[in-house]
Amino acid sequence: MPVDQSLVGRTFPPTPPRAVSEEQVRDFVLATGGSSYAGGAAPATFPIVLAFDAMNAFLEAEQVDLFRIVHGEQKFAYERPVFPGDVLCATLTVASLRQIAGNDIIGTTSVVTDGAGAVVCSTSATLVHRGAAS
Amino acid sequence: MSLPTRTFTITRADLVRYAAASGDHNPIHQDESVAVSVGLPGVIAHGMYTMALAARAVDEWFPGAEVVSLGCKFTNPVVVPADGGVDLVVAGEVKSVDDGLTTVALTVTCEGQKVLGMPKAVVRA
Repeated sequence: MPVDQSLVGRTFPPTPPRAVSEEQVRDFVLATGGSSYAGGAAPATFPIVLAFDAMNAFLEAEQVDLFRIVHGEQKFAYERPVFPGDVLCATLTVASLRQIAGNDIIGTTSVVTDGAGAVVCSTSATLVHRGAAS
Repeated sequence: MSLPTRTFTITRADLVRYAAASGDHNPIHQDESVAVSVGLPGVIAHGMYTMALAARAVDEWFPGAEVVSLGCKFTNPVVVPADGGVDLVVAGEVKSVDDGLTTVALTVTCEGQKVLGMPKAVVRA
């Protein structure tokens, strides 16, 4: 089922605030090639945890199956690193929708903000929604 | 200037661990039958796991440096076998140093094939 074209430009509600714990950052470091974590900034791709929350909420709202989604492109522009103790949420906007060879190509941006409302990073993701085999 | 190439071996267990740490439980990264059902060659690594390993290499090259931007396309899947692992090779080259910002062009390959398109990091170093 093609994704609804009228979604372009729509901004979804912010994800529930997520408090970043030291344990969560440590788990992420150790799961991404790191050998130890002694505190400090989270790895650069950590904000994907927030962006993924926002993407999941979007896919659920649009009744799109996660297993049909493949990541096409990802960019991060950082205002500052993430630290344990941050309380973050992500707000997703649908930037573009195209169809290529039976797949929906969904362009999204998610802005990650902290408890004070300041932008921590802006992310953009291209999601490829693989159509059901005919 | 070329940076020292870093090789990471990726196993299915690594994907399970990444799924838990990141919250990305898409079954195409765990379950062969689901992956094949959507036309993939087999269980593939999370694109974000591959990107995280590239970022890990950048962090090793520039310890503690703040990352200003990071981006790539996911051009080819990293297929992870049920037994053993597959090697991901992350190479990097400093393209420019300007106003305190270092731009690094990455080359990320698996079995000789590029898996990320135009991976690039800018760090304050």
